[in-house]
Amino acid sequence: MAEYEPVIGLEIHVQLQTRTKMFCGCELSFGDPPNTHTCPVCLGLPGALPVINEQAVRYATMIGLAFECEIARRSLFHRKNYFYPDSPKGYQISQYDEPICRGGRLDDVRIHRAHLEEDAAKLEHVSESGRIHGAERSVVDFNRCGTPLVEIVTEPDVRSPEHAREWLTLLRATLKALGVSDVDMSQGSLRVDANVSVRRVGTPELGVKTELKNMNSFRFLERGIKAEVERQVKLLKSDGAVELETLHFDPATGNLTPLRSKEEAHDYRYFPEPDLMPLEVSDDLFASARDALPELPAARADRFESELGLPAARARELAFRGELGDYFERVVAASSDGPTPSELANWIPQLVERIGSDADPASSRVSPESIATLAAMVHAREVSRDAAREVLTRLVSEGGDARAIIETEDLGALGDDGALGEIVDRALASDPSAAESVRVGNERALGPLVGYVMRETKGRADGGEVRRLILERLGAE
Amino acid sequence: MSELIEFTAAEAAARVRARDIDAGELFEAYRERAAGDELNAFTWVAPESPTVTADGPLGGVPFAAKDLFCTEGIPSQAGSRILEGYRPPYTATVVRKLSDAGAPLLGKTNQDEFAMGSSTENSGFGPALNPWDRARVPGGSSGGSAAAVAAGLAPWAIGTDTGGSIRQPAALCGIVGMKPTYGACSRYGMIAFASSLDQAGPLTRDVTDAALLLSKMVGRDVLDSTSLEFPGEIALPRADDLKGIRLGVPEELTGAEGGVEPGVRKSFEQTLALAEQLGAKVEPCRLPHAPHALSAYYLIAPAEASANLARFDGVRYGLRVGGEAGLTEMYNRTRAQGFGAEVKRRIMLGTYALSSGYYDAYYGTAQKVRTKISDDFRAAFERFDFVVTPTSPWVAFELGAKTDDPLAMYLNDFCTVPMPLAGIPAISIPSGLSDGLPVGFQLAGPAFSEQRLLEAAFALEQSIGFDGSPARG
Repeated sequence: MAEYEPVIGLEIHVQLQTRTKMFCGCELSFGDPPNTHTCPVCLGLPGALPVINEQAVRYATMIGLAFECEIARRSLFHRKNYFYPDSPKGYQISQYDEPICRGGRLDDVRIHRAHLEEDAAKLEHVSESGRIHGAERSVVDFNRCGTPLVEIVTEPDVRSPEHAREWLTLLRATLKALGVSDVDMSQGSLRVDANVSVRRVGTPELGVKTELKNMNSFRFLERGIKAEVERQVKLLKSDGAVELETLHFDPATGNLTPLRSKEEAHDYRYFPEPDLMPLEVSDDLFASARDALPELPAARADRFESELGLPAARARELAFRGELGDYFERVVAASSDGPTPSELANWIPQLVERIGSDADPASSRVSPESIATLAAMVHAREVSRDAAREVLTRLVSEGGDARAIIETEDLGALGDDGALGEIVDRALASDPSAAESVRVGNERALGPLVGYVMRETKGRADGGEVRRLILERLGAE
Repeated sequence: MSELIEFTAAEAAARVRARDIDAGELFEAYRERAAGDELNAFTWVAPESPTVTADGPLGGVPFAAKDLFCTEGIPSQAGSRILEGYRPPYTATVVRKLSDAGAPLLGKTNQDEFAMGSSTENSGFGPALNPWDRARVPGGSSGGSAAAVAAGLAPWAIGTDTGGSIRQPAALCGIVGMKPTYGACSRYGMIAFASSLDQAGPLTRDVTDAALLLSKMVGRDVLDSTSLEFPGEIALPRADDLKGIRLGVPEELTGAEGGVEPGVRKSFEQTLALAEQLGAKVEPCRLPHAPHALSAYYLIAPAEASANLARFDGVRYGLRVGGEAGLTEMYNRTRAQGFGAEVKRRIMLGTYALSSGYYDAYYGTAQKVRTKISDDFRAAFERFDFVVTPTSPWVAFELGAKTDDPLAMYLNDFCTVPMPLAGIPAISIPSGLSDGLPVGFQLAGPAFSEQRLLEAAFALEQSIGFDGSPARG
């Protein structure tokens, strides 16, 4: 595998959370009874005409600005013609060769373009599997039809499945911070297709690509791309050829099944939408979009790093998931002198590990004040790191106050002399050969001795302090 | 009863407002005539007289609307079997505006299917007949509206013009028809043929009626992004001369190329002479790209139509054939059975013109020609107030005479197609008879010159003194 590298481009559809649809006044809805949010325009009734939703244009402009795109002050809508029951007009109104956003970048991936369009209706296939094959009949729900979408297309700058996942995490955080979408993959408000090809390392040419459709979580996406990269490499190594096709990844089986080959791709017969005037982004609209931009995750990561002194990886980890960044900042605000922001930040992954990786810490039982207290107590050596972790586990399941738990459970750290010193002495006495090894400089022998003390103190002792005491007593510092 | 029919719509409106005649009686008089329609001009007639407000500016004088205007709960079929019996849940803006101004809806009128045609023979519901000679076509596509107004079955009517569909039937039926500036009237609720060309307008007995009806049709509509605020109010015309008016006669549209009939040419020249007598200056002018207008039109209009008509797929409304046979088969059978031959021809033309690999050569080139035509008019209007032509090269022809030759049929629009491509307004007024059949005279002006056009047309109309009463029987 070493001599091949993946080249991955992503196409992301983002449903905008405007109040109304892209081209009519129907309210957006999710989960309402079918066909209750429709009108002549979004049903494609004869004679109905589209009117552009200004808020959608503002949101698209915000997205473009966030990605450092060039915002076209004048862009065009086209008709993309195809027959399918999810497309009531027989064409989708979309942008084609003159999109609203061009160029740009987010972190290490360049953005090719971003454009506005309308979502299709939702088909429901009445069958056991819910899939079209073997369905008795299909019904159409037009509630979703006409929902504003921004389609973001990247350059093929993504270099691995993991990279795809990490970058999409940043993208999602950025969109969320913008407040333009609820970016929920499970509900389809964020949809990602991946164009995947591989090439020999060092060659500039791109290989033949396949398109992976509709993977509904970042995990599946990562797995899907991984499986496809492996399939392509294997194919090329056995002198086979990759075919241009669209693939459906089944996360249950890990199988990639072709949906359609691009040879039989539609001719969409794009032409400028005559029912709409060219889309003008006025100075006022541009300014209102620019002024509405919040601090974005990439900038936040920079700030965490430069102003709070967090290591780069931790800064990104927290900033790229907005809710973690928010929670972290509340912990920092609740913390007084003592722990550094870096020390505070170390607690966030601990918390995430305990509440589940997709959960928002703000909706857990653990208050930022508790984390600040816990960190302050560790910093002041009032509680050992291990004991504090146990306290965190308790906080996650029961909530409450960190200091109170430590006091009632008697989890406070043992002092550095007195009691702890005695236990250290017992440890040295219990294992003279280990003690001897340490004395002559074999630090690996420290393990059993520290372990003894920890067992005796039920983890209340601070590991570092125990080491220090042992070495001090053995004169091996 | 019958003397009510002899009033023009504007006269009738004035008399209704003066309580000289009763709006209900007026409606009923026309309703009876429309119900007894022998011209197949109507596709639907109001079953009873509505409660009529006599006080609106349109004085309760009823109007007929081309079938393709959506009217809530009332069949709106655009002349197509694929929409047979279709009753929309909403009303077109223009129809609503007229109702709001006090004009009740009398009926819906026959038309070429989806406004594609110049004779109304392409209607899915049989051809409409010309009241001057029932063996002849009334023109099209707004042929039902033109025939109804000419025959006195409706006081006035609205139609749509894409390449001449108001002006040409008005000419062939001896009435006035006006295509306003693109964007002057809302297209919301007009079942689309070619979105960048379609425009609603009045078909009336005289120029005054056209001004009155149009005055209540225009205006920006938030539901139509291509509609525009109309500058000023349209007033009833009063001009009695053409002093200082410069009329340009484009060689390209009036020469041999257009195939103008001798009788039509004669009437046209007589009208030019009259115009000079009224003080106009008449000179030749050039529209170098106008001869290519028809070619550009027959690429752009079908291209847009191929997309506009995609929604007629049997899924949500209208005809569905073969629902049990699977999706593709259902599409094929529904559209094969629902659309007529001319509509299919244009969908195919348009689909081809937009196809990958052909787009630039066809649609792209046509758009360039369109720009050139606009430029030609702009240049002409620097020297002339109006460009004038015969509306149609021919008088009304016999039913079936051109149905086997689509290209001959398309030539009908030779003089009317350039204006919608340029988005400019034009009016057709009757200029006389040729072998007992009406001839139309067309004046076209720059964008939003409607008032000036109406004034000039009015002055000419007074001087011509055309008598349309024979058609009212």
